[in-house]
This record gives sequence, C-alpha cells and structure tokens, in this order.
Amino acid sequence: MGKLDGKVALITGAARGQGRAEAVRLAEEGADIVAVDICAQIATVPFALATEEDLEETVRRVEATGRRIVAATADTRRIDQLHAALERGVTALGRLDIAVANAGISSWAPAVEITEEQWDDVLETNLKGVWNTCKVAVPEIRRHGEGGALVLTSSVAGLHGYANLAAYTSAKHGLVGLMRVLGMELGPEKIRVNTIHPGTVNTPMLLNDAVYELFCPDMEKPTEADIREVAAGLNPMPTPWVEASDVANAVAFLVSDDARFITGATLPIDAGENLIN
Amino acid sequence: MSGRVEGKVALVTGAGRGQGRSHAVRLAEEGADIIAVDICRPVDTVTYPMADAADLAETARLVEAEGRRVVTREVDVRDYEKLAAGVADGIAELGGLEIVVANAGIASYAPGHEISDAAWNEMIDIDLKGVWHSIKAAAPTLLAQRAGSVVICASAAGLIGSPGLAHYVAAKHGAIGLMRAFANELGPEMIRVNAVCPTQVDTPMIMHGEVFRMFRPDLDNPTKDDIVEVSTNMNLLPVPWVENRDVSNAVLFLASDEARYVTGLPLTVDAGISVKVAV
Repeated sequence: MGKLDGKVALITGAARGQGRAEAVRLAEEGADIVAVDICAQIATVPFALATEEDLEETVRRVEATGRRIVAATADTRRIDQLHAALERGVTALGRLDIAVANAGISSWAPAVEITEEQWDDVLETNLKGVWNTCKVAVPEIRRHGEGGALVLTSSVAGLHGYANLAAYTSAKHGLVGLMRVLGMELGPEKIRVNTIHPGTVNTPMLLNDAVYELFCPDMEKPTEADIREVAAGLNPMPTPWVEASDVANAVAFLVSDDARFITGATLPIDAGENLIN
Repeated sequence: MSGRVEGKVALVTGAGRGQGRSHAVRLAEEGADIIAVDICRPVDTVTYPMADAADLAETARLVEAEGRRVVTREVDVRDYEKLAAGVADGIAELGGLEIVVANAGIASYAPGHEISDAAWNEMIDIDLKGVWHSIKAAAPTLLAQRAGSVVICASAAGLIGSPGLAHYVAAKHGAIGLMRAFANELGPEMIRVNAVCPTQVDTPMIMHGEVFRMFRPDLDNPTKDDIVEVSTNMNLLPVPWVENRDVSNAVLFLASDEARYVTGLPLTVDAGISVKVAV
C-alpha cells in the first residue's frame, strides 16, 4: 500500500527532469497524476525546454507503475490553459488532492544587463506560473473538504542571492512569500503549503552547454566533466549535484500524511549548499 | 556641522509623499541633493489615490527649504526608458549619484487565489520590477565611481507571510532576493545594497477605507481610530504603526558612511512584527 493511495496530484513541468521524477515517485506511492508541460521553447531560455515526446515518456513511466495519468500541454503563464488541463484531469481522475508547482526556467546575466524580456519570462514562469497553478488547484482541492498539499518549487536561490541570477533569485524568493501567505490562508482548511529548495540537480536545466559556459567562463567548450568540480565546490557534501529522485522523495514526503502537520516549511535538498552562504 | 550624507546625491522613487517624501527630506537635512521621481497619477488596481504633481512639487519645496537642490520627474518605475532618462537628467544637473532609495510601491488586498490577474501583474511590475529598474538605471554611475549605497524599501512582508496580500508578499520577498543578488554582484565594486522592512507606516498607502475594513470587518465604516488596537496587537512593541521618519532614519543610516561595511541586510523597522511569537 502506498502513502498516496487514492490521491490525485497535479504536477507542472512534468515532461522531464524534476517534474517527471515527481510524477513517477508520487505514482509509485499510489497517486494518479495530472501532468502538464509547456512542451515548447521560451525565447529567452538559453537551453532546450521539454518536448511532447518527453511528456509522452513521463506518461509511459507513470503508467508502468500501474497508475493513471492525464497529460496535457499547457503554459503555466496562461491560467486558461492550466485550467483546461486540470479540468480534463479531474474529470478523468475524479478529484485533486495535491499540486506540485514545478515548472520553471532560468536565464542569467548581471542584474543590470538582464533584458526586459528575460526578466518577464522568468518572473511570469517562475512566480506567476506558480501562483496560477495554486489558483486553479485550490478550488478543486476545496471541493472535497478533506484538505490537501501544495508544494512550490523554489531553489537555494529562494534563500540566498546568487550573482547573475537576479530575476531568478527574485522569483524564487517571491515564491517563499507566496507560500507563507497561502499557508496562512489555507491552513484552516487543512491545505498545507510548503516550498522545496533544491541546489544543483542533475536535470537538463543544469546539464547543458549554456550552464557549462556559465560555470566555466574561461574554458573553450566546457563539458559536464568540467563543471563537476565547480559544482561540487558549492556543496559541503561531496557531490556536484543531487538527483531528481532526491527532490521527488522530499516532495513525496511533504504531500503525504507523514507530513500532515508540516506547513510553511522551506525544505532544502541541496547537499548543504544553503549552509555555505 | 557637516551632514551625514553631505554633498551626495540621492535618487528617491515614489517621492511624491509618504515614506518617499520623508526619505527625500531626511537625506536633504543631512546634506544630500535629491532626484525625486513619482508616477503622479493613478494606477488601475489600487483603491486609494496615488500622489499627484502637486504632491511632488511639495516634496521639492521641502527639500529646497533644507537648502538642498532637487530635480523632480514624473516617472512610472515600470517604464525603464523614461526612468533612466529622468535619472540621467538628475545626474547631469546635480553632478553625480551616490544613493538609491527604491521606495515606489503600491498595496492591494484579496485572498491569494482570488487576486485578479491585473492586480498581480501591476503589483509585481511596480513593487519588484520597478525596484530592479531603479537600481539598473543608477548602476552604471555607481559602478563607474566604485561607490554607492542602494536601499530597497521592502517590508516586514518581505520576511513573513501576512495573509490577504499574497502578491504584495511575493513582490516584497522577491525584493529581498533582488537585494541579495545585487549585493553579491555589486559588493566587489564597493557598492552596498540593503533593504528596510517596515511594519505598518502611517501613510496614505494604508490609511484608507479598504485597509480599515480589512482590519475591522465587524464595523460598517471603520476609521483610523478603529484600527489602533488591532494594528497594535500585530506588533511586538505596543504601537499601532511607525512614522515615516522612523523608516527614513534607517534609510539614512544605510545610505551614510556610518554603514560603510553593512551590505545584504534586511533591516527591520517593524516594531517587532516579524519576530513576534503569538501566545
């Protein structure tokens, strides 16, 4: 018997990376999944975003656990798209208990050189997109009156300020504020709200040529091998990054009844990166 | 006697009245010339009136009464090009820029999942993006001289999650993040970046009917007097709110060389609201 038997979870950015790992992990614990992803490029993001094939792979992996999944292409910046996707999911799966607001992007530049477009894409995806996700999920969770759990995917950059990541850091700090308010507002209805704060995670958002160049600005065509040492230097624990499954384990805990009185927590999953700052 | 920011030039946004005007005047009292900007017109999603051109002119008069110079511009901090042009005008006229007080901000109220799209956007654009714009407009000058002090006017809501204004709290937490990122980027250039985090301040942003009704839903037409007790109970120190000058004194400290090695600090001027334990 799983920790999440009979529950339904909405997960954004579910086509790959942390979102896919979360979908599979929650399904392993018995939850049915509503998986959404933009499955398209956002112009200012300097690495490739997920594709429809990626989302199909998430569907296959969730179904391999024996659980049901409704997958939809939706841009979290567009509440109408999110709403339509969730409506399809709830119609098919019967209810909603959990929302994992995971969809996010990054781009980087010195704060004074960030463009209006970069700023807007990061803030609208990483902050407003999360609010949109909560906004569509809360009425569905309320419907059954049994409470629920929201997990907002922040970052170590939601706790500390990273050079070259001013827009990302602003959005991820903003999420902590949003979590604290929603936690206060929804606590009386037994809807818990927490943030997770991953450090470097082994996902396509970290492991791509653009990030290699950011980490190793002095090298010609740096590779994954080259950033391992730099990334390991961020962490007290001897690892360059955590795995998406580590993040998914934390999410599975927070949304389960094991955490039934945990709300308002800012949970780092970062090999101690937050301690160095 | 020489003032604590003698001979410096300070940019103050949202300077038409309230905290912004107070910061401008306080810095002028201590010897700074002021670039005072304010939108001076209404915005769509707030229920109280914004400052107007007469308010900004009054700020200018008060600065000049301290014997300092002032350049005013009617500028929306959401409009980077116009803001940068206004800052450039001020630098040209006053001869420099050392202090940035990113103060312009709005407030509106609703449960988090009921906030309208328009209210969310306007809040994030003014209270967060506007701060980024203000620093961005000043940064080339500060970087060129390898000196400067930036003060972001955040809020206790940058540290705690006060219910009923999720977009404001998100923007103010975001402003603390922005402060930390800028502090890291500009520190090596000897530019300091800090934030002030006030509790309720006695200004037109909160002293109006919408807030009175939120604090006293039990009354039909609550007034300022009716919210004293509720507001006092929110704070740790037994005061209902702080005054503009209390915030301005913190801004002045951070802006001055007295704080020359203070950077990355969210400085609470909050009567203890952010550390109060409910019992």
